[in-house]
Amino acid sequence: MRFLIPLGLFLLLVGFLAAGLKLDPREVPSPLIGKPAPGFALPQLGAPSARFSPVDMKGKVWMLNVWASWCVSCREEHPLLVEFSRNATTPIYGLDYKDQPADAERWLKQFGNPYALSVADADGRVGIDYGVYGVPETYIIDKQGVIRYKQIGPVTPEVLSNKIQPLLAELNK
Amino acid sequence: MIPELGHFALILALLVAAVQGVLPLVGAQRNSGAWMALARPAARTQFTMIVVAFACLTYAFVNDDFSVKYVFEHSNSQLPLVYRFAAVWGGHEGSLLLWMLMLSGWTFAVSLLSRTLPLAMVARVIAVLGLVSCGFLLFILLTSDPFERLLPVPADGADLNPLLQDPGLVIHPPMLYMGYVGFSVAFAFAIAALIAGQLDAAWARWSRPWTTAAWIFLTLGIALGSGWAYYTLGWGGWWFWDPVENASFMPWLVGTALIHSLAVTEKRGAFKNWTVLLAIGAFSLSLLGTFLVRSGVLTSVHAFATDPRRGIFVLVFLTLVIGSSLTLFAWRAPKVGLGGKFGLLSRETLLLTNNVLLLVAAASVLLGTLYPLLLDALGLAKLSVGPPYFQTVFVPLMAPLLFLIGLGPSSRWKQSEPAEMFKRVRFAIPFALIGGIVLPFAFGNWTPLIGLGLLLAVWIAAATALDIRRRFAAGGNIPRAFWGMHLAHIGIAVFVVGVTLVKGYETEKDVRMEPGDTVTAGSYSLRFLGVKPVPGPNYRSDMADIELSQDGRVLRVLNPEKRVFLSQEMPMTIAAIDAGPFRDIYVALGEPLAGGTTGAWSVRVHYKPFVDWIWGGCLLMALGGLLAASDRRYRVHAQVTAAGTEGVRA
Amino acid sequence: MKRVMLLGFAVALIAFPAAARDAAPLVVDEAVEKRMVAITEELRCLVCQNESLAGSRADLALDLRQEIREMIKAGKSDKEIMDFMVSRYGDFVRYRPPLKPVTWLLWLGPFALLATGLAVLITYMRRRSKMTWADDAAPLSAEDQARAARLLQAGPETPHAKGLQE
Repeated sequence: MRFLIPLGLFLLLVGFLAAGLKLDPREVPSPLIGKPAPGFALPQLGAPSARFSPVDMKGKVWMLNVWASWCVSCREEHPLLVEFSRNATTPIYGLDYKDQPADAERWLKQFGNPYALSVADADGRVGIDYGVYGVPETYIIDKQGVIRYKQIGPVTPEVLSNKIQPLLAELNK
Repeated sequence: MIPELGHFALILALLVAAVQGVLPLVGAQRNSGAWMALARPAARTQFTMIVVAFACLTYAFVNDDFSVKYVFEHSNSQLPLVYRFAAVWGGHEGSLLLWMLMLSGWTFAVSLLSRTLPLAMVARVIAVLGLVSCGFLLFILLTSDPFERLLPVPADGADLNPLLQDPGLVIHPPMLYMGYVGFSVAFAFAIAALIAGQLDAAWARWSRPWTTAAWIFLTLGIALGSGWAYYTLGWGGWWFWDPVENASFMPWLVGTALIHSLAVTEKRGAFKNWTVLLAIGAFSLSLLGTFLVRSGVLTSVHAFATDPRRGIFVLVFLTLVIGSSLTLFAWRAPKVGLGGKFGLLSRETLLLTNNVLLLVAAASVLLGTLYPLLLDALGLAKLSVGPPYFQTVFVPLMAPLLFLIGLGPSSRWKQSEPAEMFKRVRFAIPFALIGGIVLPFAFGNWTPLIGLGLLLAVWIAAATALDIRRRFAAGGNIPRAFWGMHLAHIGIAVFVVGVTLVKGYETEKDVRMEPGDTVTAGSYSLRFLGVKPVPGPNYRSDMADIELSQDGRVLRVLNPEKRVFLSQEMPMTIAAIDAGPFRDIYVALGEPLAGGTTGAWSVRVHYKPFVDWIWGGCLLMALGGLLAASDRRYRVHAQVTAAGTEGVRA
Repeated sequence: MKRVMLLGFAVALIAFPAAARDAAPLVVDEAVEKRMVAITEELRCLVCQNESLAGSRADLALDLRQEIREMIKAGKSDKEIMDFMVSRYGDFVRYRPPLKPVTWLLWLGPFALLATGLAVLITYMRRRSKMTWADDAAPLSAEDQARAARLLQAGPETPHAKGLQE
């Protein structure tokens, strides 16, 4: 019966390949989930002398959205974020990643500003600390300053209603 | 009109393939001469239909018919003619049509060159190939139709990916596919033998030249791909253990094991089950490669654009073909006889060890390539497995194999005496030691890996020379296969020298160059003269003039470029290479730099000793295979058929 | 005007060789660069379709290579730099998978396979050599032996005999 071994091994392989069809090999889960949000003190967009830091948000639940004026996919999620910022209680803070302040401000004027404020990460260092590898990305940070969720790519209506809003509700309890 | 004709030809081909796949097979079981006789004409007709389809697609490309979606996606009115031809297989749909062209072509070749084989065998082989063709044709017609129309008709095409606008595209895929698809013939022979319940030395003799031919093409295809990457990607690398590269390497490893195993089955009638399993394995890996490249399951620079529907189809097809083959194997294998007897130390056992090493190497490459998928599917982790893993694992597996290459020819069939073998190779030992210990110092410093590589390469060369000398001394006629074997083995030694010396002694310098600046590479001097804009047919280019000299004598001017294609705004680095038998000087242009006087650019200069020996070695391997496959015993049909052996079953 | 330009051009041409000099290395510190390349060859470029961080021309790759250069200059060890990358991007960023229980199969698999293969081979060889063959029990009859001798003596005319001479 050892002649059935090749067939058996092959069917096992096929099982894994079939499972693989549903996965995305390029999606990189964040190792920062469950860890404290990396600290920074960046100048604010539009008011460069003022600084913002995650420490300022201790005790509150908030979202950090990584965006840029050169980012095409950001335009997909932007209307959703603008809408969200009008109705929800959770504030969105923007991390303007590797951008020119003039371009960034012009972009916000054109497409709307959902952010309580945005900080300028001109050289991308803070982005590296947050494990940013594509734009847009969105983080949900809880009252203790711990990252609880990372959205890779644009926020879609499904993600908003299925993942983000339930989590926010829970964290706000 | 023409695209519809092409589409129709594909449908006809499918119908013919269905007939070809079923009737001769049933005919062979029932001993119906009429149905078996359908095999050859069906193969011919299918080939003709595929040629028509391929010609129609080529016509659409050459004539810029952008109403065909596939042409729109991969061509452009400014695209030079030669690349409009090659663009036919530049994307997924067209490459499948190329695959079909090769498959129907090989089947046609089998129908022509099989006069000495019993009709039942030919019928079964062609039928199996017909069934495989059905699968691919269905795949094309249902999910990947190259003749799909696009309305409204766009004014111009999206252009072929600039990286593909290169002579490499003209030759690498056809060679590679000839190899991949060629293993389907070995597969068909194996299945035919299993179905007939007739697995013997004669079967091995028939199967062997076809298998060797496929192996030759695959060797060349892989070498061409590596060479193309080397000069086109701009960073001087030639193998990245990328999933798609591995997908071509695994069938090669198993194919190599197969040609060695076939040698034993042909000579001694042994290893029959094992050889059949290898034949199924080699083609299975070809099919698996097709799946991996087109399904989106793995990330690769080489991957085609993906569509989950296609992935599912290929997986189902794969499962049916391989699953049924392995089931057939499990059913028939227990009944197969054992073949000749041989001792614990004999050529048979050494070849069996060769097989074990090659198979473990192939399994390791498969493990490394699929491991990220495995862990992700089990939800355990998200990992990458890259060159550091493969290099660490592959080299220790190959070293014993390289040693065996030197030892194998000195062994006898059936029973070999250790003392005799030692006597045959003992003079190779001092040469090998000199190669490993002393030779590196001729090139630079010594490291264990460099020493090992050179030791093994010289060992192979010396042992081969000794065997040739011994054979001459023994007198008598020396068959071509003997030369083929040794030439292929020398090819491996040359390859190992290339890899060892390049990895051991290559240098790379990243410099800022202003007009007049010089930089050294090895014993050469390169002077940057400046960069000028040069327009191309469908791109604009910044071309540098770099003077290459040695000992004060100017040898030539190199012209690395930075091209931006008008259709895609994607900058491409075109390296300038001065190739030589003992070294390559490889220059790539970086970016224009600010500061200092104007005209400063960043330039990367590589000195790559013996790098061309890598591909030279592959060429020698392929030539060796050609000699072996064209040995007299495979070409003696005239006398045999004259003797009326058409119905002989060995 | 043209003549002046031509003259100036000629002067520049003559002056050029005299102005030739060794190209300045693009990198200020070669030792740092070498170490950075060695580290980044082991890391994956996350925005690319399977390229190493060392070779990629993507923006993020350039940024990360610069970050790593600075860490090297600051005296960080290779391990610290690797941990920096892994803590931000996960194990996915390493091309050499770390040796953990989840990767035992990967790292030990090939060698286990080799050991198994060789063991199976040796067992198979032993079992085979103990079997009896038909010709051991019943060697060729005198008639068959004579026939075999004749065939072999007939020499290389028949392709069948030729094959036997290998």
